[in-house]
Amino acid sequence: MTGTIRRFSGIIGMLAVVAFFAISLPDTFLTPRNLLNISQQISMLAVVAATMTVVMVMGDFDLSVGAMASLAGVVAAMLFVAGWSIPAALAVALGVGLVGGLFNGLVVSLIGILPFVATLATLTVFSGLAFLISDGRTIFGRDIPDAFGDFARNGPVIGSADDRLLVFPNLTLVALAVIFIIWVVLEHTSYGRRLYALGGNREASRLAGLPVTSLRLTAFAFTGVGAALAGLMYASRVASANPTQGDGLMLTAIAAVFLGMTITRDGQPRVLATVAGVVILGILDNGLTQLRVDSYVREILVGAIILVAVGFSALSRRNLLRS
Amino acid sequence: MTRLEIQSISRRFGAVQALDGVSFTLNAGEVHALMGENGAGKSTLIRVLAGVDRPDSGSLLMGGKPLVLGQPSATQQAGLRFIHQELHPVRGLSVAENTFLDHPYPTRFGLVNWREVHRKAGEALARLGLGHIAPNRPMSELGAGDQMLVRICGTLIKNEQQSDPWHYVMDEPTAALTGEESERLFTVINTLTDQGVGVLYVSHRMPEVLRLSQRVTVLRDGQHIETVLRADTDQDRIIHAMTGRDLSGLFPALTSALPSSGRPALRVSSLSAGRLKNISFDVQPGEILGLGGLTGSGRGSLLRALIGDLHRDAGEVLLDGRPLATKPAEAWAQGLAYIPRERRAEGLMLDRSITENVALPHLTPFARGRYFLDPQRQTKIADAEGERVRLKYADLQQPTRQLSGGNQQKVMFARALAGNPSVLLLDEPTRGVDIGARFDLYRIIRALSDAGKAIVMTSSDLPELIGLSDRIAILQEGQMVDIVSSERMTEAALLSRFYQEQKAA
Repeated sequence: MTGTIRRFSGIIGMLAVVAFFAISLPDTFLTPRNLLNISQQISMLAVVAATMTVVMVMGDFDLSVGAMASLAGVVAAMLFVAGWSIPAALAVALGVGLVGGLFNGLVVSLIGILPFVATLATLTVFSGLAFLISDGRTIFGRDIPDAFGDFARNGPVIGSADDRLLVFPNLTLVALAVIFIIWVVLEHTSYGRRLYALGGNREASRLAGLPVTSLRLTAFAFTGVGAALAGLMYASRVASANPTQGDGLMLTAIAAVFLGMTITRDGQPRVLATVAGVVILGILDNGLTQLRVDSYVREILVGAIILVAVGFSALSRRNLLRS
Repeated sequence: MTRLEIQSISRRFGAVQALDGVSFTLNAGEVHALMGENGAGKSTLIRVLAGVDRPDSGSLLMGGKPLVLGQPSATQQAGLRFIHQELHPVRGLSVAENTFLDHPYPTRFGLVNWREVHRKAGEALARLGLGHIAPNRPMSELGAGDQMLVRICGTLIKNEQQSDPWHYVMDEPTAALTGEESERLFTVINTLTDQGVGVLYVSHRMPEVLRLSQRVTVLRDGQHIETVLRADTDQDRIIHAMTGRDLSGLFPALTSALPSSGRPALRVSSLSAGRLKNISFDVQPGEILGLGGLTGSGRGSLLRALIGDLHRDAGEVLLDGRPLATKPAEAWAQGLAYIPRERRAEGLMLDRSITENVALPHLTPFARGRYFLDPQRQTKIADAEGERVRLKYADLQQPTRQLSGGNQQKVMFARALAGNPSVLLLDEPTRGVDIGARFDLYRIIRALSDAGKAIVMTSSDLPELIGLSDRIAILQEGQMVDIVSSERMTEAALLSRFYQEQKAA
């Protein structure tokens, strides 16, 4: 019973936020165009947060995702400069994400460094690499192939409004695909269920003979590739790349997973809940911007809302344990 | 039907011969009790069977075929299953998923086939007569007993590469269960043995062992003492086989005449805390009260409730006639000292100096003007207390990690004494301490009581408990059932008191 109340209180809170903006911004908020716009704004965050869920399911973290996103964008851009084709450059950039993620996993699982420390260190390494490769500059303009920048601007046409075409953004499609893949992996493969077991009780998992080391090692590959993909999406959207453009993703992605955890039945990370967290953060950002709330104030508000939501859920869980 | 033969298994850890050529056989369809005191080698043997630990010599034969040693997967595939004392449930997953924890999930097109998962889990539950547990319920909704039964169900699920489970090793399976839950477990054990499964049953609980087992094997100090039919033995013979050693002048003589009158140093009335219920006793200044009982009887919890680490739900505790504070820091300040059981995990800051470790609970009283550390004073006190407990060290600034177990424990004693307490609480004070330092500790404990300190201590080492205590309070499942004088008490007599079935609780 308490569980149900707690579960719904999170969702009610989210609906209240949506309702608040819908009422405050009657003409611009709940329009198809704005919603599609939000979906594109949050697509990169969604990709990072969905993959972040994979490691957080095990009770681990990956702090290096923002730096990896920047690095992947820069790598692709430098390869464009060097005249590589788009698919080849993207493949290499994603490969960098894979290698970086596996390296994180290696350090965490084989060497046994705490994820917080390990990925904080690789964050610095990835960030430094991004600066080194790009020489600290922003790569833009003619160096970036048009087709790459156009990808983010286009998408299948799904109708029209106000005499303009409504385009379902490609980036949103990419995010949906990633979310679907992560959902299948976490909820419908043995691999994913093993990760949940690992996060639920590592000792039990070890005693049950689960390959704890290789599970942890490989799970970090998801965040690495996810971060790289998000970095490429970002680069495509702004048709440029610089060594710091993905940095903001890390904290927001972790916040989104935590927000999501407040609405799951058992307080565990679940990818669809994470998506709800991402959506709510996107809506907050979009709505507050439209209300002309100063961007610094916006940050304070968003941070406070995360604290309240997660704090509320922690309190009710403690009561649950006590009873 | 297949037998598990354990053949001259030996395992040595440093100076300790944990197992010394242990051999016996576990037959199909029997419940075989494995008995022994703490440190007799039961746990090591279980770890060897589980493949978690590799023995120095010896072999295991399953149905005549040798098992690969030191590989958990090998014993699993041969059909050995383990039920550990700690349940290790994954509370966030469903019942069905918990039964599949050590098995690959059935899949279709690479995805988990949930219908099959639930069907197989339901089958396993039904096979053990546990139809009341639905496979899709979250594990966190079940009680401890049902959680254990679910884990047992998990061992019934198998895939093509594995053989049926032939043998179970159950290590104190009832430790966390209520009486009713235990009964359900026993029914399940009967169901299993009827199906031809052998169970190696490790428990301290004598009534269970006597009731369930067909044969009994006793280990002592790593050696195999005997394997006999249940029908040919009884509680007294088993206890004799388990103990079988004599006390040898290890303990300083008891002080005579206690000041029996006067105000008790510690008075506990109707204390309830956690699993502890309605506990009352007095300890006089200069008295050593031993707390005896089996694992899980609540000895350690009682000490933790007194120091304030475990919340006291009801009852009154008086220290020197004044109500005892409920928080550890205030209890220390009031004149209570506590030496926890796990000195490395709960006691010492291993990388910090002897001085800092001694001063830890006394930073405020030792400080200058309450807030500013006074290192000279700390050093002086650490030096004086170190000498009092015969601490051997190179330098007071030396990290305690470098000290031997015995000297580490002496640091804990120095810490306890530095506040000049009137009552000391000692939880297994000689655990993991070599014989020489142990003797020192006995002398220290005696000297403290001679100096008028009241001491409440637990010990799983029966000779020690009898040799040191003036009186022994016996705990069973959170209740204090008796307080006996240790005079002329024998190990066997005391142990049988631990095992004595409670009169209709």
